[in-house]
Amino acid sequence: MTTVRISDDSLSLALGADALAQAFTKAGCVVERTSSWGMHWLEPLVEIDGMGFGPASITDVAAILDGSSPLAIGVIAEHPFIKPQQRLTFARAGKTRALSLADYKATGGWDGLTRARSMSGADVIAEVSQSGLRGRGGAGFPAGIKWKTVAGAPGSRKYVVCNADEGDSGTFADRMLMEGDPFQLIEGIAIAAHAVGAQRGYIYTRSEYPHAIAKLRAAIILAQDIIAPLHIEVREGAGAYVCGEETALLNSIEGKRGVVRAKPPLPALQGLFGCPTVVNNVLTIAAIPHILSEGGAAQYAALGVDRSLGTKPIQLAGNIRHGGLYETAFGITLHDLVYAIGGGTASSRPVKAVQVGGPLGAYIAPDQFDLPFDYEAYARADALIGHGGIVVFDDTADMGAMARFAMAFCAAESCGKCTPCRIGSTRGVELIDGLRAHEKALDPVNALPQMHNAPKQTRSREADIALLEDLCETMKYGSLCALGGFAPYPVLSALKHWPQDFEQNDLERTDLG
Amino acid sequence: MTDTQTIATMIEAHAGSEGPLLPILHDVQRALGCVSPASEGQIAAALNLSRAEVHGVVSFYHDFREEADPRPCVELCRAEACQARGVEAIVARAEAAAGNRVRVASVYCLGLCSVGPAARVGDQLHARLDAAALAKVIENA
Repeated sequence: MTTVRISDDSLSLALGADALAQAFTKAGCVVERTSSWGMHWLEPLVEIDGMGFGPASITDVAAILDGSSPLAIGVIAEHPFIKPQQRLTFARAGKTRALSLADYKATGGWDGLTRARSMSGADVIAEVSQSGLRGRGGAGFPAGIKWKTVAGAPGSRKYVVCNADEGDSGTFADRMLMEGDPFQLIEGIAIAAHAVGAQRGYIYTRSEYPHAIAKLRAAIILAQDIIAPLHIEVREGAGAYVCGEETALLNSIEGKRGVVRAKPPLPALQGLFGCPTVVNNVLTIAAIPHILSEGGAAQYAALGVDRSLGTKPIQLAGNIRHGGLYETAFGITLHDLVYAIGGGTASSRPVKAVQVGGPLGAYIAPDQFDLPFDYEAYARADALIGHGGIVVFDDTADMGAMARFAMAFCAAESCGKCTPCRIGSTRGVELIDGLRAHEKALDPVNALPQMHNAPKQTRSREADIALLEDLCETMKYGSLCALGGFAPYPVLSALKHWPQDFEQNDLERTDLG
Repeated sequence: MTDTQTIATMIEAHAGSEGPLLPILHDVQRALGCVSPASEGQIAAALNLSRAEVHGVVSFYHDFREEADPRPCVELCRAEACQARGVEAIVARAEAAAGNRVRVASVYCLGLCSVGPAARVGDQLHARLDAAALAKVIENA
């Protein structure tokens, strides 16, 4: 009997994978539901004896089975999108069933945990430091130093919190990992808990990811004897983007408003319920089992460039022909990612801009596409890697509108704790609207007779731009967290590269609801 | 079972967990379609919080509503990646298809950024939507 493998990743489900699986079962095949290979333009992808067919629908079943289907892409593992990748975190993607303990064990699962438990916590932390692993959520803080701080902090109660609040548009690696390889995340948390002496772990993820939540909860139950005495719980967010910021996330787990806390104290010293807490992103924690396997740390440190070591799961999204997950060592250029791997835009029009790093990441113009993927190189170019999401826009994109959206999004999602973010984002929307308006009206408050010192003429365009830049400066350096602090990046980069998009325009006053 | 009893059972189910407020609010929202002022009072009393504290949490998060909306809800992703794939051009037709029967809500990212525009109805996801496909999703909601 033919064995057919079809992903049960929620992206595949959104494209009809369940109906397709049923059709193959009806045709007499054995259907195995695996994780996704990450070639999203080919989903739903059907795999038979290593050969791929996609994107498939139920009308293709007969042709796929009799070998006449034009959807054949050859051997999946040899596909030009898959073969050059260096998959460590996503080594099992497409190959195993998410909730099969047997599949997980057969592919090296729990080796890292077994080895870590034979070592002292300090030795585990030394290996994490040696690997050069830095936080994959965006800030890039060295994981070993964070763990060492928690391990050395006084207190008998300690926590490991996994930040799975993947709110950035253009990112889906956390979701794919939680849905496709949940045991790896659980193993990583167990290793972290052993290293720092924590008794409890929390995974905080988004309510927008119901499939990931269900898979994680099922996986935790299956793995509870292996990770005992550690207790792990999944907590569901409630639609607040700012809860991806670590201190807001801790408040949210505690049952409070997701308001950002001032630092210090660092969460490593006073985190969840005031106890020392490791807060790491999904991709940071998921890299741990490999690093703790025999020789893993040295292998990890041998990849990458400069101070950005190891691999980064990059997410190709937006208007791109070959969208999906591409894990590779640091150092790859945007040109390679967008053109050689991504195949240019899906609409076949020229690329106008790419946004790297989510809603708070800079818009990068094609003349900067030689930028290597590296934390420091991006920082020097006034951009950020963030969570590694790349959103491609074609030449129909209105960058003035995208800049306005960045400010409007910041206004809608601001937690309200600090002034630059709470008020600055709204003022930013108004300034961009003013720049793009056909006719500028004098501010009604400035027009009042008692406002003696207020200017009685409308501001010039140059003055408006200077004011917007000044506002961005204030937000960048005056905000408590990255939401207000990084919202200026998309605005300033759009203004710098596409000033013509900030000229008079038909105003769109869409408000975020 | 009255609403009060339902909520009491939910609070009981989370007894002993650390920081139980959000899980309780999710359960109440799912069962009753909203977290009403009366529910807030009951939850506050059970957790030894003031109603102001509970109301502060309910009003902070986008997922919680004060009043139930009986209409089916289609959540349409309108974040950058879906914008790059043309979601804004199909919003007007979606709203026309929805009329007053279906609530079309905007969400910011469903994690389907390489195959947008994307929408969610309950736990059902839909991707690679064009205006016609989205209208059909709304009709079937």
